[in-house]
Amino acid sequence: MKVFRNSKVIITLMIAALLVASGTTNVFAAKQEPKQKNIILATTTSTQDTGLLDVLIPIFEKETGYFVKTIAVGSGQAMAMGQKGEADVMLVHSPDAENKFVTDGFGVNRQLVMHNDFIIVGPADDPAKVKGIKSSAEAFKLIAKAEGLFLSRGDNSGTHAKEKTLWKKADINPVGHKWYQETGLGMGQTLNVAAEKKGYTLTDRGTYLAMKKNLNLDILVEGDSALLNIYHVIEVNADKWPKVNVAGAKAFADFMISKKTQNIIKTFGIDKYGSPLFFPDAGKNVEDLGK
Amino acid sequence: MELIVQGIIKAFELIVSFDPEVLGITWLSLKVSGIATLISLFIGVSIGTVVALTNFYGKRLVISLINTGMGLPPVVVGLFVTILIWRNGPFGFLEILYTPSAIIIAQAIIATPIVMGISLAAIQNLPPNLRLQILSLGASRLQMVWVLIKEARLPLLAAIMAGFGGVISEVGASIMVGGNIKGYSRVLTTATVMETGKGNFDIAIALGIILLLLAFLVNLLLTQIQQRQRPR
Repeated sequence: MKVFRNSKVIITLMIAALLVASGTTNVFAAKQEPKQKNIILATTTSTQDTGLLDVLIPIFEKETGYFVKTIAVGSGQAMAMGQKGEADVMLVHSPDAENKFVTDGFGVNRQLVMHNDFIIVGPADDPAKVKGIKSSAEAFKLIAKAEGLFLSRGDNSGTHAKEKTLWKKADINPVGHKWYQETGLGMGQTLNVAAEKKGYTLTDRGTYLAMKKNLNLDILVEGDSALLNIYHVIEVNADKWPKVNVAGAKAFADFMISKKTQNIIKTFGIDKYGSPLFFPDAGKNVEDLGK
Repeated sequence: MELIVQGIIKAFELIVSFDPEVLGITWLSLKVSGIATLISLFIGVSIGTVVALTNFYGKRLVISLINTGMGLPPVVVGLFVTILIWRNGPFGFLEILYTPSAIIIAQAIIATPIVMGISLAAIQNLPPNLRLQILSLGASRLQMVWVLIKEARLPLLAAIMAGFGGVISEVGASIMVGGNIKGYSRVLTTATVMETGKGNFDIAIALGIILLLLAFLVNLLLTQIQQRQRPR
């Protein structure tokens, strides 16, 4: 009979575990909350990897009572989610793709939030000798000529889109060359790969600064006006997708361009990295940036 | 090497300081994977037993399918679950994408064939005369099945361990259907991926060590139960 009693004990334990687990927290209760409480924010990896959203989202949630589900992917994937109505609002940095997204009617109220800049980073010994070159396209030409290893995101993210326009400007098609490798990963991981393989890569300054301590990569090219990195907030068009949380998306967009948030963005990162990671731009014209 | 030492120190710090975020992530991992394993246990053992005890046309094909399912790639499961439950998908009305419930569903799908395959083999492995003996002692069919399951409890507990081990360590599906949302659907594996991406290798290693510890403790508990019951 001992055996029988023991198996009863196991079953009792399991049921108890199940009850405790489902009772203490609301694993299954998510759908009982007000339907429009959840906002899906599709965003680029840089806003998460720098830690900016970890600061902003709790403030927004506390102020408004919304619950933000931040899905950090590349800008390309973020817009693909918006295009399918699987996100409510997007914080992205891929201006050309964004324009098309809005013109095609998938997004509304595209508003400028902030900028920083892209930089070309690489190993300190700099085999392609691009350090200090002013024009980013010129630097890309030198990298191609020297066949210096270049790590591309290869994931249709905002950074990848920028990189492709720079190659185009340099009149080079790098795809298929041995020295050009696509990681298909986020910015942070791509920087790790570049550091490990002693390669060049294009990165936003924010992610680079946030990760600098672990990287053996130097800033080689910076300051070119073609390297501006601009973030916009876009609300998904509810006419196309009735399930979109219109009010929530608008509240988030308003929050991002509010004076208080812009002030937080202005000082974010100074204590940790010595310089701000982003520059707030709400209400400005894109043409005036970087001047 | 220095980094690993740093990671171990960090893990120790995070554990002894009861860091609330890490505690929350650990508890969620345990809860999500535990519930998923329990669900897979009920489905896996019942279907596994039925398939083992009945004879039908195409049985070998079904067993091959179950055994193939034991190697179901988590990312593929994640992809299909995402498409089925996102807003405009067939189960969109449930509104469970990017919730812990979605992770439970995906992990249960991953663990079920593992549990099913092992229980099937376990029941099939029992001496064939046992069934006749039990029935001849006057047991009903249901009682017979219950005795068989109890006879096979050693491999069945191994099935639980394999199922739980498969899902607690899984990352592909969890990140896709859970979204790795801070304080809500972030589990140990997805947090490890994110911290690696951020370049915080010490924290990533620490989370990895906590994951290993958790898996070890659960398996220790299950092994205790398993070995205590060894028939004498």
